Amino acid sequence: MAEDVWIVGIHMTKFGKHPALDVVDLGAQAARAALQDAGLRMRDVGVLGAGNLRGRRDFGQALQKQIGQTGIPVFNVANACATGATALRVAIMAIKAGEADVGLAVGVEKLSGAGLLTGNERTEAGDRWTPEGRVGAVAALDGRIGTDTMPGVFAQIGMEYGHRYGGTSFELFARISEKNHAHSTLNPLATYQKRFTLEQIMNDVMIAYPNTRAMCSANCDGAAAAVVVSDSKLRTLSLEQQRRAVKVSASVLTSDPWSEACQVLPDINTLTRAAADQAYEQAGIGPDDLDLVELHDCFATAELVHYDNLRLCEPGGAVDFFNSGATWRDGKRPVNVSGGLESKGHPISATGIANVWEIATHLRGEAGDRQIENAKAGLAHVIGLGSACGVHILEKAAV
Amino acid sequence: MSEQVPLVDYLVLGDAPHLVANECVECAARFFDRRNACARCEGTEFRVVEVPTEGELRAFTIVSFAAEGIEVPFVAGVVDCGGTSVRGNIVNTPPDPEHVRLGMKVRLATNSLGADSQGVEAVGFGFEPVS
Repeated sequence: MAEDVWIVGIHMTKFGKHPALDVVDLGAQAARAALQDAGLRMRDVGVLGAGNLRGRRDFGQALQKQIGQTGIPVFNVANACATGATALRVAIMAIKAGEADVGLAVGVEKLSGAGLLTGNERTEAGDRWTPEGRVGAVAALDGRIGTDTMPGVFAQIGMEYGHRYGGTSFELFARISEKNHAHSTLNPLATYQKRFTLEQIMNDVMIAYPNTRAMCSANCDGAAAAVVVSDSKLRTLSLEQQRRAVKVSASVLTSDPWSEACQVLPDINTLTRAAADQAYEQAGIGPDDLDLVELHDCFATAELVHYDNLRLCEPGGAVDFFNSGATWRDGKRPVNVSGGLESKGHPISATGIANVWEIATHLRGEAGDRQIENAKAGLAHVIGLGSACGVHILEKAAV
Repeated sequence: MSEQVPLVDYLVLGDAPHLVANECVECAARFFDRRNACARCEGTEFRVVEVPTEGELRAFTIVSFAAEGIEVPFVAGVVDCGGTSVRGNIVNTPPDPEHVRLGMKVRLATNSLGADSQGVEAVGFGFEPVS
């Protein structure tokens, strides 16, 4: 039986603009703060999981040169928006496998001012129509055969849910965004801490109907890091460290199994459902036991479908669930009390650790003005298109 | 008539333009691109099958902000063509939620992308409402 794994140190930098810091600076800031929070040093760490997509491929090693080169194995991982969760999963797996008793996971991205991150990958070239690639395309397909942009892809995913179950509308999706922006006003680390009215959200610049700009995740700079330890290591630490430790009750990573339409529109549902089911099974608790959830609201349209995918509501019941007020911070199942990616921001590789930080901070009772009282269990979810889905269930220490 | 090439190799031009898919002989999963093996069952034999040209719009978005050089707004969608999901733009109708609706019936329509230096015309496709 593999040992339990505990988070003993965790940190999220302020999300926003950090023009003077490069990815290594930001990563080092998060890593050193997480180690300090844990009361440990780099020399105690046995494995490093490192995630950064748009800076440098050797991010893990570059980070070591700034915080401590101890010769430990480094895993530079890439899994789109699930990169941070993947780095954390690597550290947790190493501990569960008995290969290390302390692991560090770091994710960082600099995205301020990045604009659209995908779309129109092929440049129009030459003066002859020449077939290229796996469908023999003679020209760029983005905009000619659907859209490659994320706001448009996730818009369709929300619309598809509406087609299947009914009840969705532009206004409904905008109200999800209204909730997350309202939540962000209590989070000093969020990129934007501004409450918007429903009218402001709906009248904002349209990006891909029904997602306006306010309903899209915010590009920003940021980093997050976590220190995880084995059960036996935890017992060697101080009582105070043990009291603040957060149990990793489930750590799951899935990719998407084949489904009929996944070649034309990414199926973010099937792999999220599979990850959630495995996580609840591992943790031995269910969705009704969760005091808060941080889920991957890269767009307002995505949040809706994940209520269903994470089993927070009855199958097909996401609209009613949201309309009941359940997912507001004073509701029965608060979702994205951090402000979510729409206001907190989405520095891709940091996101999968930052949402774990949010949950852990509530479980420790250290979330300040936005504390969910007596939080004992929470779930953090991310999805990276392609796809990869990370789900972590965390529980408060029993000590 | 001048020479034509399809935008993608799964678009068949001619008197009755239509789409084709690579269907797994083993499990009938369909793919528009070239596959090394079937993602569903690992089978390696495929046959080319015709995809129905009419279908139902199952999901859409109206893209107002896209990469440079892409004309906006346009409607991107997923059309259920008799059980095969197809990605394509919704064309020949105003790009707004009053004219484009979930569940609407649509049919394949071709459009010209212009001619290259040798006078060869590239032809793309979309789906238009069935009036």
